[in-house]
Amino acid sequence: MNKMVRMEDNPVSREDRRTVGKPFSGSPRMICRNVNVFYGDKQAIQEVSIDIGRNEVLAMIGPSGCGKSTFLRCLNRMNDTIDNCRVTGEIRLDDMDIYDRKVDVVPLRARIGMVFQKPNPFPKSIYDNVAYGPKIHGLASTRRELDEIVETSLTKAGLWDEVKERLAQPGTGLSGGQQQRLCIARAIAVSPEVILMDEPCSALDPIATATIEELINELRTQYTIVIVTHNMQQAARVSQRTAYFHLGDLIEVGSTKRIFTNPIHPLTEDYITGRFG
Amino acid sequence: MNFPLLLIVIFVFSQAAYWLGYKKAFFSAGEKGPVHLHSRPQYYGTLTVLWCVIPPLFILVAWSVFSETVLTGLALKTMSEYTGNLSPDEISLLKSDLRNIVSGRFIPPAADAALLEAADHYRHMRDIGRQGLSALALASMILGTIIVLVRIRPGMRARNHVEKMISITLITCSTIAIFTTVGIVLSVLFESILFFQQVPVTEFLFGLKWSPQMAIRADQVAASGSFGAVPVFAGTVMISTIAMLVAAPLGLMSAIYLSDYADRKFRAAVKPLLEILAGVPTVVYGFFAALTVAPVIRQFGESLGLSVSSESALAAGLVMGIMIIPFVMSISDDVINAVPQALRDGSYALGATKSETIKKVIIPAALPGIVGGMLLAVSRAIGETMIVVMAAGLSANLTANPLQAVTTVTVQIVTLLVGDQEFDSPKTLAAFALGLLLFVVTLILNIIALYIVRKYREQYE
Ligand SMILES: Nc1ncnc2c1ncn2[C@@H]1O[C@H](COP(=O)(O)OP(=O)(O)O)[C@@H](O)[C@H]1O
Ligand SMILES: [Mg+2]
Repeated sequence: MNKMVRMEDNPVSREDRRTVGKPFSGSPRMICRNVNVFYGDKQAIQEVSIDIGRNEVLAMIGPSGCGKSTFLRCLNRMNDTIDNCRVTGEIRLDDMDIYDRKVDVVPLRARIGMVFQKPNPFPKSIYDNVAYGPKIHGLASTRRELDEIVETSLTKAGLWDEVKERLAQPGTGLSGGQQQRLCIARAIAVSPEVILMDEPCSALDPIATATIEELINELRTQYTIVIVTHNMQQAARVSQRTAYFHLGDLIEVGSTKRIFTNPIHPLTEDYITGRFG
Repeated sequence: MNFPLLLIVIFVFSQAAYWLGYKKAFFSAGEKGPVHLHSRPQYYGTLTVLWCVIPPLFILVAWSVFSETVLTGLALKTMSEYTGNLSPDEISLLKSDLRNIVSGRFIPPAADAALLEAADHYRHMRDIGRQGLSALALASMILGTIIVLVRIRPGMRARNHVEKMISITLITCSTIAIFTTVGIVLSVLFESILFFQQVPVTEFLFGLKWSPQMAIRADQVAASGSFGAVPVFAGTVMISTIAMLVAAPLGLMSAIYLSDYADRKFRAAVKPLLEILAGVPTVVYGFFAALTVAPVIRQFGESLGLSVSSESALAAGLVMGIMIIPFVMSISDDVINAVPQALRDGSYALGATKSETIKKVIIPAALPGIVGGMLLAVSRAIGETMIVVMAAGLSANLTANPLQAVTTVTVQIVTLLVGDQEFDSPKTLAAFALGLLLFVVTLILNIIALYIVRKYREQYE
């Protein structure tokens, strides 16, 4: 089944699984074409084609189990760590096909960072958590440079003022929201171009969530961000474009404002108005 | 009534008691139905069973524990004109003669009429006692059942009673193990105190010479024996160290391979296999050490121009190390697997390779647990006996050369207690002192290890 992308605006039937809206972008950072993902024999993603624009925040929404995390993990080849997972299709970062045999995942993952649902700081000091990535990629040759990277990363993640007095204390001793910002700082420290976030606020309280959302807004100027979220207000607050997934199909993509005010596909509408999922 | 028959009667009756309790509860609820009982009717049945079974069983247990002492005392009373002027030793001799006669094992040739008469008396009273016992047990069974049945009414908190009795049973079971341990410690402790009355503690702890052979009879020519435990402990430390030098790296590496590199199928096949290895009797490892490893080491050493004794610390240590590899591996593998997948993902997502992730994230995170596991392995190595008996020798050399024969604490305990012994000579008692010291050392190691492991667990909860 090779799916066409529909652009025209006439009514779409509920059974139609072709992507509607504007999946492509004028200045794409990442380009995904006809991506399929299989876990063993089971297909989790079908023929997804989408662009991720430069310096935009793309939100991915959809009911649980529709394949948002699976698709996100394709973008930095984290699915390589799952034994029975197979990815076909094409995914490019700028001009590089990231699934090309010549591409090494180690530098690739430094260029495409990732933040997880549950904050997962290493059981090391706050300093070492941030310094971990730069150290393994050899980004700093002196202690001074490393100190600098740690400070700028923590500052960008809005955590510096809270932790500068206790950099030697374990990162696991921070509050949940602080831990998540530490994980963002850790990802920033290796100077990625794209940051993938998988429900980064779902384990946090509303205040910590608000802080992270503000942070995402600031980070957009320097990074391209893809965020999976269950919270539609959050998608509306932080993203410029939104993609709606349904049972492994990419149903609709468009500007966030348009998706939330005037969805084209009946399935998108059902989900946004709360009739589904 | 004999004992098995009594048990059968109690069992049959308890079934009836269950039924009675159940029905009584059911009917006491009246028209409102069993929903209005405090507990479900089964609990009333169970409660009745418990009160029907426990009193007679208690009586039977008490009889089997105390009857012999009481009956012997009573029987000896009949011959009090003899026993009056006997020493305690002679009385205990008399008692064992009496029991032998009663059980019909044999009749001591020197037994006089008074003793035989006392034995008859014993048998007579025992028969009366047994009759009375059956009657008493059955009576208590019926009484217990009736008391419960009379008191069953809808508001009775049967479930709470039953659960209380179950929890008491469980507590009793768990304390049995504890009391056994306490008993072992106390018995070792008392014998050790006897030892330390003859040999000063300081000599035992700091003395450098261990040669426990001493004259048993006054006319024998022998050294007076010296009991410095240092060489023996040094042997234990050396062999355990060699064992850990083998087991720690090999065990840890195989754990890392199994948990992070091996594919699922391989792991599923190999892990149980290695755990079977842990079940090989240590005496088999002992053969292996003495007949295969020791000669190889000896030949190899000689080809290098070293003098190697045929029983060496090295051979015993190497084989003991191989023995505890599965143990170290199994614990390390559990600990490494307990490191959350999220930490691995976090590291991979930063572009770390597998080996960087293992070295810099997983091992540091798992380290306390691994150290704890290693300490547990050390205390196994320290307590191991068979391999050392067969491969390391008996001579208490104080040496740092692993190619020489040494001896260990456990081996010395065995040799001290094998053969004909006098249980009040320092030579025999020294075994208990060694045992006590060994117990204290492994206890401390285990406490430290468990503390570390527990702390490590809390970190990820
Ligand atoms: N490791 C895996 N092995 C097999 N199936 C998986 C695995 N991870 C996810 N899946 C399946 O893929 C589908 C999409 O899952 P996921 O991407 O986690 O959904 P979402 O993040 O949108 O809730 C689900 O049906 C899920 O059961
Ligand atoms: Mg998900």
